[in-house]
Amino acid sequence: MSEVIVITSGKGGVGKTTTSANVGTGLAMLGEKVVLIDTDIGLRNLDVVMGLENRIVYNLVDVVEGNCRMKQALIKDKRYPNLFLLPSAQTRDKSSVTPGQMKKLVEDLREEFAYILLDCPAGIEQGFKNAIAGADRAFVVTTPEVSAIRDADRIVGLLEANEITRAELIVNRIRMDMVRRGDMMSIEDVTDILGLPVLGAIPDDEEIVISTNQGEPLVGMNPFAGQAYLNICRRVLGQEVPLMELERGKGFFTKFTGFLKRA
Amino acid sequence: MNLFEILTKRNSGSIAKRRLQFLLVSDRAGCTPEILEMLKDDMIKVISKYMEIDTDGLEIKITQVEEKGTDKRLPVLYASIPVRVLLTKGIYL
Repeated sequence: MSEVIVITSGKGGVGKTTTSANVGTGLAMLGEKVVLIDTDIGLRNLDVVMGLENRIVYNLVDVVEGNCRMKQALIKDKRYPNLFLLPSAQTRDKSSVTPGQMKKLVEDLREEFAYILLDCPAGIEQGFKNAIAGADRAFVVTTPEVSAIRDADRIVGLLEANEITRAELIVNRIRMDMVRRGDMMSIEDVTDILGLPVLGAIPDDEEIVISTNQGEPLVGMNPFAGQAYLNICRRVLGQEVPLMELERGKGFFTKFTGFLKRA
Repeated sequence: MNLFEILTKRNSGSIAKRRLQFLLVSDRAGCTPEILEMLKDDMIKVISKYMEIDTDGLEIKITQVEEKGTDKRLPVLYASIPVRVLLTKGIYL
């Protein structure tokens, strides 16, 4: 049985592509056969985050238009042979693909892959409609900021209207020091407002920038953001993993009090 | 939380939460501040035909109520309109 998951947010720059890369890589690390699809036509990025930008021959639009077979367009990951990327087209626009075509494309991939992850573009226009067309389930990525949460709420409404009832929240770039000071909304605050179950929380971690620079997703690698992403992957597979402590211990006291309340 | 944190504790996080909760109610109802403003003007026109009201003290907003028997929340239009003179002796036109 395969599952099609769209990773969406409404607002740009909150970490959709980073999340797609890390969750995809993490699921592959855990032994699942995964394909990542970059649906941001015209603004392709998942390829660079995955470090696969030099291997692109064909893209999503080529597959849809029948210029190549699916197998020719899929790029095998550098580290995991069970992980593939279908890159987006850089020199086309969103109207090159219709929701119907996306649905068909995703259906074709179901036969071969256990997890099909769709990296959604920012916004709520054509690109969003394409990305959600074939999805069974949605991960809504947000940061603890008013603008990102407002947009996430709009996305939740649109997902419901499109009959995607299974939506879960990923709260990105949490800074526990600021939450404790009262200067950042907590994970509980965000879930309270949006009314979605939380799938995971990712701490604000400079290692993310470094891993993106290198084009190597950090899932599972470091004890912090990488671990948080791996926990998300385990939850996707149905394992019960409690939310982790989102703070590097500075001293005994902060370590002791910084434990995140389990949501 | 140590002493330093208690002393320097601020609350911009809870300000953000409160602002969002208000904002999302009208977002979800599809009711923008512009529409509310237009509605307010029309209400003043209509009600002024029947009574003298304090237009500056008029307050109008969208909030939520829980639907009975479910956990679903429905938007409600709340209007508070202070009346200066109630014209009970018939309608003056």
